[in-house]
Amino acid sequence: MSIESTLTETGPAVSLRLEAYAEMYRIRVFEQRAARYAMSNMTTGPIHLATGQEAVSVGFAACRQEQDSMLCTYRGHGHAISWGAPLAGLMKEMLGRSGGVCGGKGGSLHLTSAEHGFLGSYAIIGAQLPIANGVALSHRLRGTGGVAVCFFGDGGTNIGAFHEALNLAAVWSLPVVFVCENNLYMEYTTTTEVTAVKNPAFDRAAANGVPAELIDGNDLVAVEQAAGRAFDRARAGDGPTLIEALTYRHTGHAHGDPAKYRPADEVEAWLARDPLPAYRALLTAGGVGEADIASAERAVDDEVSAACDETEADAMADPAVILRDLWADGSSGWRH
Amino acid sequence: MATLTYRNAAAAGLRQEMLRDESVILLGEDVAKAGGVFKTSRGLYDEFGAQRVFDTPIAEQAILGAALGAAMTGMRPVAEIMFADFLAVCWDYVVNEIPKARYMTAGQFGAPLVIRAANGAGIGFGPQHSQAVETWAMTVPGLKIVSPSTPADMKGLMAAAIRDDDPVLVLESKALLATKGEVPDGELVIPLGQAAVRRTGQDLTIAALGSTVPTAQAAAAELAAQDIDATVIDLRSVVPLDAGTVLASVAETGRLVVVEEAPAQLGWGASVASLVGEEAFGSLRAPVRRVCTANVPVPGSRRLEERYLPEVHHVVDAAVATVSYVHRSFVDSKG
Repeated sequence: MSIESTLTETGPAVSLRLEAYAEMYRIRVFEQRAARYAMSNMTTGPIHLATGQEAVSVGFAACRQEQDSMLCTYRGHGHAISWGAPLAGLMKEMLGRSGGVCGGKGGSLHLTSAEHGFLGSYAIIGAQLPIANGVALSHRLRGTGGVAVCFFGDGGTNIGAFHEALNLAAVWSLPVVFVCENNLYMEYTTTTEVTAVKNPAFDRAAANGVPAELIDGNDLVAVEQAAGRAFDRARAGDGPTLIEALTYRHTGHAHGDPAKYRPADEVEAWLARDPLPAYRALLTAGGVGEADIASAERAVDDEVSAACDETEADAMADPAVILRDLWADGSSGWRH
Repeated sequence: MATLTYRNAAAAGLRQEMLRDESVILLGEDVAKAGGVFKTSRGLYDEFGAQRVFDTPIAEQAILGAALGAAMTGMRPVAEIMFADFLAVCWDYVVNEIPKARYMTAGQFGAPLVIRAANGAGIGFGPQHSQAVETWAMTVPGLKIVSPSTPADMKGLMAAAIRDDDPVLVLESKALLATKGEVPDGELVIPLGQAAVRRTGQDLTIAALGSTVPTAQAAAAELAAQDIDATVIDLRSVVPLDAGTVLASVAETGRLVVVEEAPAQLGWGASVASLVGEEAFGSLRAPVRRVCTANVPVPGSRRLEERYLPEVHHVVDAAVATVSYVHRSFVDSKG
């Protein structure tokens, strides 16, 4: 359930599902493999793990409909996977391979799979919030019934675009859901050290006329319930919702960051609240057999390994593509 | 033919495309009920209503972000940034988001949108409301940059910009807003990247853009009185750049003067001069000259602003110097 809310609705019933656990596990294993590639200097540029934040991704994706759209941050592997982007295409993109979802032009920071409604991970902090408004406006004008979901970090709440976007979404009553994944740290500094309010997104939503909830982002059930309420509001034409999900990244800002700026007891406390074992325990308590869970985990292990094998077998992006796709006609010329 | 002001031609171009394509929407500060602070969207809200024409808060990032998101997903937004100077407030969208959307997704989606903005000096708005920003935008691959110089071009280029599948920045010269001109009746679309030769002469080529086109034309008239016959090329857009028309003209005249509303330290004219130097060197009979603004912010006082801008006599002087130029080594060898 939500910790705090400016909404009055109660949550829809959420059933425990093995596939939801498997999806969190898929993200976890994918990121472990990605981290290994990064530490071996096989990725192009930095990668930013969301390990520990999987419940937020999976909880929102569970409530989506096919026509919905999603935008997120560069810490977006989990969102990309839960929204249906192919594992191999994502990994190839991070390793600069020709079969990457963006042909190697985006890299880890700019994963995109439009055919799955995944309209990009954005690496300029906060930039995606105003863009999500446009996607939501487009859904409304085209009558698709779609909702735009926009993930951002706690660090994004101090940038002007956050405030500009919330206000406009409320004024235009847009079908958009803003989701702050508050993992406590911007890069190396805590958000609370440089922010005047306790809850950086939740506390400011009201100032922009956006109903908000503050939830436990490591509790998949709570996430799904809050997401369901927000999607329902958006689809009913009742406008935007902001959800601040408290969570924690188990690793540093980017690969190679040992995150020594974090107190050991804080890390320990959050590791004890890891969403995967927590949900696994719920499944077991709910009667799902250990063998079934282990079998699902093995299937995911195999799936990720296959994606990695496919990635390693793929060629590096061909320099011949560099001049393609600047313009709609496929070219990149500026003069004639 | 109808006689329209430049500002009314902007609205006419928008109206033509909004009638044709219902995915075209207009958003910006004061663009709906007020018809735009420069009256360049007058009548559109009344005709097309609140689902096509949107007043926004003073929040330029929200405006361009919304335009991009809508463009990525099937709409054709026209986003107005009131003064081109304000593009600095939403520069992330101008340089990081909009022009890269197609490229960094390998064409998964594009950004078929128009950013329109009142551009340049000439009506005394001072240092932060008078800059001509073609060169700012030109530093980033992925934006088309259009600067109409006549009412007919305003209508036809606006239409082409809206139909274009790539992001286009349409810079509307504040100095030209009240100017009038003949605009053909019926549908008018002028393809992007086709320069207009406004005058043909054999002695030198003058390349101009937007607000500097009338300056170049007035200079050409004065030069004619001195028996110097100039070609005046209105580039219309700097991306795509119709280099072919410039190079062909320089091949005939052997001389080029570029007249640009931009400081000398970096201007679109420097790119034009550079490619003429590289590709038409054998035709050149004199160094390419650039007539630029003063290399300072745009001053407020009317007389200071006039001095800031390239004036007709500056262009005449540059043209005369170019035409009378004699290569020193050539003189020496004649001994």
